[in-house]
Amino acid sequence: MNVNDWVQIGLYFGLLIGLTPLLGGYLARVFQGERTLLSPVLAPVEALVYRLGGTAPDEEMSWQRYFRAVLVFNVLGIVSLMALQMTQGHLPLNPQQFPNVPWVLALNTAVSFITNTNWQAYAGESTMSYFTQMTGLAVHNFLSAASGIGVLLAVTRGLKRAAAKTLGNFWVDITRCTLYVMLPLSVVLALALASQGVVQNFKAYLPAALVEPQTTQVQKMDDKGNPVNGPDGKPVMVDQTVDTQSIPEGPAASQIAIKHLGTNGGGFFGQNSAHPFENPTPLTNFLEMLGMVLIPAGLVYMFGCMVGDKRHAWCLFAVMLVLLLGEFGVAMWAESQPNPVTANVVPQMEGKEQRFGVMNSVLFACATTGTSCGAVNAMHDSFQPLAGLMPLWNLMLGCIVFGGVGAGLYGILMHVLIVVFIAGLMVGRTPEYLGKKIQAWEAAWAVVAILVPNSLILLGSAWACSSTAGLAGLGNAGPHGLSEIFYGYASAANNNGSAFAGLSPNSNFYNLTLGAAMFLGRFGVIFAVLAIAGSMAAKKTVPASAGTFPVNGPTFAVVLLGIIIIVGALTFFPALCLGPIVEHGLMVLGRTF
Amino acid sequence: MSTKFAVSYSTLARQAVVDSFKKLNPRDQVKNLVMLVVYAGAIITTVFLFLPHQFTSFNLQICLWLWFTSLFANFAEAMAEGRGKAHANALRSMRTNSQARKLVNGQEVSVPGSEIKTGELFVCETGNTIPADGEIVEGIATVDESAITGESAPVVRESGGDRSAVTGGTRVLSDRIVVRVTAEAGNSFLDRMIGMIEGARRQKTPNEIALNILLVSLTALFILVVVTLPAFAKYNEAAAGQSGVVLTSVPVLLALIVCLIPTTIGGLLSAIGIAGIDRLMRRNVLATSGRAVEAAGDVDVLLLDKTGTITIGNRMATEFVPANGVAINDLADAAQLASLADETPEGRSIAVLAKEKYGLRGREMAEPHASFVPFTAQTRMSGIDFGDGAGGVTRRIRKGAAESIRVHVEQAGGTFPQNVADAVDTIARSGGTPLVVTDNQNVLGVIHLKDIVKGGIKERFAQLRKMGVRTVMITGDNALTAAAIAAEAGVDDFIAQAKPEDKLARIRAEQSGGRLIAMIGDGTNDAPALAQADVGVAMNTGTQAAREAGNMVDLDSNPTKLIEVVEIGKQLLMTRGALTTFSIANDVSKYFAILPAMFGMLYAVTAAGHGPLDKLNIMRLHSPESAILSAVVFNALIIVALIPLALKGVKYQPLGAAVILRRNMFVYGLGGIIIPFICIKLIDLLLVAVHLAP
Repeated sequence: MNVNDWVQIGLYFGLLIGLTPLLGGYLARVFQGERTLLSPVLAPVEALVYRLGGTAPDEEMSWQRYFRAVLVFNVLGIVSLMALQMTQGHLPLNPQQFPNVPWVLALNTAVSFITNTNWQAYAGESTMSYFTQMTGLAVHNFLSAASGIGVLLAVTRGLKRAAAKTLGNFWVDITRCTLYVMLPLSVVLALALASQGVVQNFKAYLPAALVEPQTTQVQKMDDKGNPVNGPDGKPVMVDQTVDTQSIPEGPAASQIAIKHLGTNGGGFFGQNSAHPFENPTPLTNFLEMLGMVLIPAGLVYMFGCMVGDKRHAWCLFAVMLVLLLGEFGVAMWAESQPNPVTANVVPQMEGKEQRFGVMNSVLFACATTGTSCGAVNAMHDSFQPLAGLMPLWNLMLGCIVFGGVGAGLYGILMHVLIVVFIAGLMVGRTPEYLGKKIQAWEAAWAVVAILVPNSLILLGSAWACSSTAGLAGLGNAGPHGLSEIFYGYASAANNNGSAFAGLSPNSNFYNLTLGAAMFLGRFGVIFAVLAIAGSMAAKKTVPASAGTFPVNGPTFAVVLLGIIIIVGALTFFPALCLGPIVEHGLMVLGRTF
Repeated sequence: MSTKFAVSYSTLARQAVVDSFKKLNPRDQVKNLVMLVVYAGAIITTVFLFLPHQFTSFNLQICLWLWFTSLFANFAEAMAEGRGKAHANALRSMRTNSQARKLVNGQEVSVPGSEIKTGELFVCETGNTIPADGEIVEGIATVDESAITGESAPVVRESGGDRSAVTGGTRVLSDRIVVRVTAEAGNSFLDRMIGMIEGARRQKTPNEIALNILLVSLTALFILVVVTLPAFAKYNEAAAGQSGVVLTSVPVLLALIVCLIPTTIGGLLSAIGIAGIDRLMRRNVLATSGRAVEAAGDVDVLLLDKTGTITIGNRMATEFVPANGVAINDLADAAQLASLADETPEGRSIAVLAKEKYGLRGREMAEPHASFVPFTAQTRMSGIDFGDGAGGVTRRIRKGAAESIRVHVEQAGGTFPQNVADAVDTIARSGGTPLVVTDNQNVLGVIHLKDIVKGGIKERFAQLRKMGVRTVMITGDNALTAAAIAAEAGVDDFIAQAKPEDKLARIRAEQSGGRLIAMIGDGTNDAPALAQADVGVAMNTGTQAAREAGNMVDLDSNPTKLIEVVEIGKQLLMTRGALTTFSIANDVSKYFAILPAMFGMLYAVTAAGHGPLDKLNIMRLHSPESAILSAVVFNALIIVALIPLALKGVKYQPLGAAVILRRNMFVYGLGGIIIPFICIKLIDLLLVAVHLAP
């Protein structure tokens, strides 16, 4: 790394730490219904939304009702988004005249965007009309983020309230979240991105003549469009000359801003943030990396404000930061190691954009998988095996390094409950968290919240790597192929959405199994989290004393960090051994597949 | 508990060995799902042995060690249960079948003790065994209660008041009492004790249930981890172009499951709970449920009666303050004279102070022409009159409360000196009780009677405060006195001039703030508060109502016991947490033993057939078989090794939560990661040395 790299790293983490309390304080004011700078403009809009929606903003919901609201709202979203994709051929703003999306892909995509996963088994510029992108995908970038934050708010209220039956109003939470947080920030970021050259228009794609026409070999097709095989069973290859290129356009900037701020990650273009129109300059790259972590980190501070323990919030923040820095450090180290397979060239630019270089690719990868964003500016499967392990590890931990908006924090809170439960007994009291006793109900659902994504990863991967349909999607043989499968299910089950690259996921097998993983990983966890929130709200708050398990000191932070790593490692170490770890061992020996 | 119920460890262990085999009954095994997995694993590996070509030394050893793991957990539980069982049996043998002398219309009728009914009256005299629980309605007696308390010193029981309850099975040593039956046979205190000792351990406590859910979930997770592993391994085997190099045979996978699931805490969990109740029992406290013991650890506030708990019970004279112009020896002399006939502890303490501090010998009561004036509620004074020998009184020495003495002196034409009035104020403000002494109309000075705070109690409270437990003193004294004693004893708060309903109100107030309250009580009017408190310890000397209202009974009737109860509760929870942490931390090393054993041959690159994953064998264990066996053996033996810790509990230190957490995390968390690495390596060396593994 050079000085430039160090300066960027310093700036990135400095801004992250500095902006966290600012944004967090603002979020706390917004969600506690206090007046903010934007209130004069937005309060009337907010009131209008409630009137149009027929919502009584003061009406509180029990945890069951809150969950029903989340589920119904999102299932309706899936249905409408599927319908939109499957009819886009007949709808306006489709200059490339893309056909209707087939139902399996439409289902996968709908589930993916509604669950804040934004796993993409398609490439935007060759599949989705502008209308679908704008009114479907972009809208759900906002709403899925707001749903996640809503659930977090319900949990926060559950911890804060005592002897209460309700957790707030879902409709109010998503409205305020969208109006006061997501929209203003997105407008600012979209303008900043557009100023750097991110496209924002409704034009048809531009054809451009290549200066140097390229010739490649492709499989010969017969008249009916079927591939032709020779008598030996091998494909018959013919030369194909490419002399024009079509340059995609579209309303990208507006969608890319929320893609990052809402930790969605679904790219406007197939290459995501590696595409020059989606991420043109080092500045946009920096803004996109910052955009991913900003709100998740701010939510941590907001949580501290709302439950009245900012030191606890900083402990959580510190644990997340240490995890991120650790992963980033390991990945950078791995990237700087000579690789005999590529003639020991360092830096290794395979799979990385020239614009960004190694450091920015690795930091982007760690940030996008730690949050459940899933945008990518480099191909993770081209990283060194141990560097690629870090994003995968981030996913397996449940995307809790600042995490998806809302989801990351409520995810780490489930780990906190486990920590409090295991270690809390050691101070000689039955476990309690922020004054709430952790009993059978909470323990059970916290474990469910952690078990659901983990089982989806293990079961899904086991199925994929032992079935023909699963193996058919692999882009690489050997342990690397297994990593691709692990990554796919880890990304889906934890609603990240980034891909390891290499895997071809647009098959019925992957569209359906990954779709199921995304749905169960999202709503299974949300159900468990809300069940805990509801039960917490109903409990009395035990005042803290010198005998209370301390959740706001360095000891707690260290224990939390240790337990997250150990529980994660105990679950996935055997699998990782057979993926990236053995691959690393083989790479050092110069063996490839 | 006295040595009477003590059972030697070897006797316990012998019985426990037998019981651990009896507990292999599936009906017992399904109660503990974590250990059920081990049990199932043992059965499956046993069946597996009989499949073709599977009867190998390795498979046999895995199978045996899985059975041992199961047996060791049973043994731990049986050890914990043993002491209680022995105690219950001892109590059972004490249930008498003696005759009861029933009173019917004033006539005694002899009936079998078991046939006497609630509400009926019976008589007991010297030497009789009391046939049933009851309240004394008439008489006073000394009773030998050693049968239940183990305490051989007899206790006094009398009608009325808070010491009226007698227990069936105890023996009257002197005098005669008439008792009304409050509980008939089958429902007696002895039966309840037996029930408590045996029953308290049967139901799981809320925290145990929650912890169990966590352990079962972890078990499910690890089963999933292991069950999916062959798919990933087979994939790699195919990619490597190898076959049969990954060890995924059924015994190996079961060994891995058993090593990973939290068998250490799973096997010891019930033993820890039983041992906690047992530790209370050894301190002569019976808990009606494990829940109460657990709640004791969570207690935030202790309600303590001043008398007997914080102070030694009686006020003592500590100082004489003379009036202006009076020699202190004159005051001491008069005070001693005034207290000669005063047999109350306060009176005696005045005589003792005069003797010890001012060298005044105790005088005989036979002073010439002296007559003693006892304390009455009307005069609120006591003292002595000296006559002139002809029936006239020449000298009246009195001691009493300041106000009474002032009236007495002023009636006699004297004045109450200002400096005495000041001294009275000072003493009262310091929490003491001032007694003013007069000789005829002359006020001689003041005796300072003081509540003596028990030695060491202040430090005890400071420790409790560190653990986050607040103490509240309950006293009938006025606020001034109460405040002074509270400050001296270091309690956090006090309720002065407390009425019985004040206790209940305070408990409710604290509970509505989310706090848990413990109290100890004996009287009938304590019963509502005992029932309301989260931990209510009834003294055995107390009334029947109190004993039934509490969720613990202190057979020693020692109010300080409440502090120990809290400590035992905390220790129980700490032990549970420590062993859970240890159990989970252990898994790290097992991966480093078993994974290289299973996958070390994958993608073989060396001549010896080792692949890249062999590097994970950081312990350099000898062979795949020895590595797997070592992990399994360690996993089984660690249960046995930790039985003493589970039974005794982890070391209890009265420190703040942050410090305790740091220490325990260091010992059981970090220790739990490191220790097994060392042990597994040693076991591996041993197994190879004795040729049990290649």
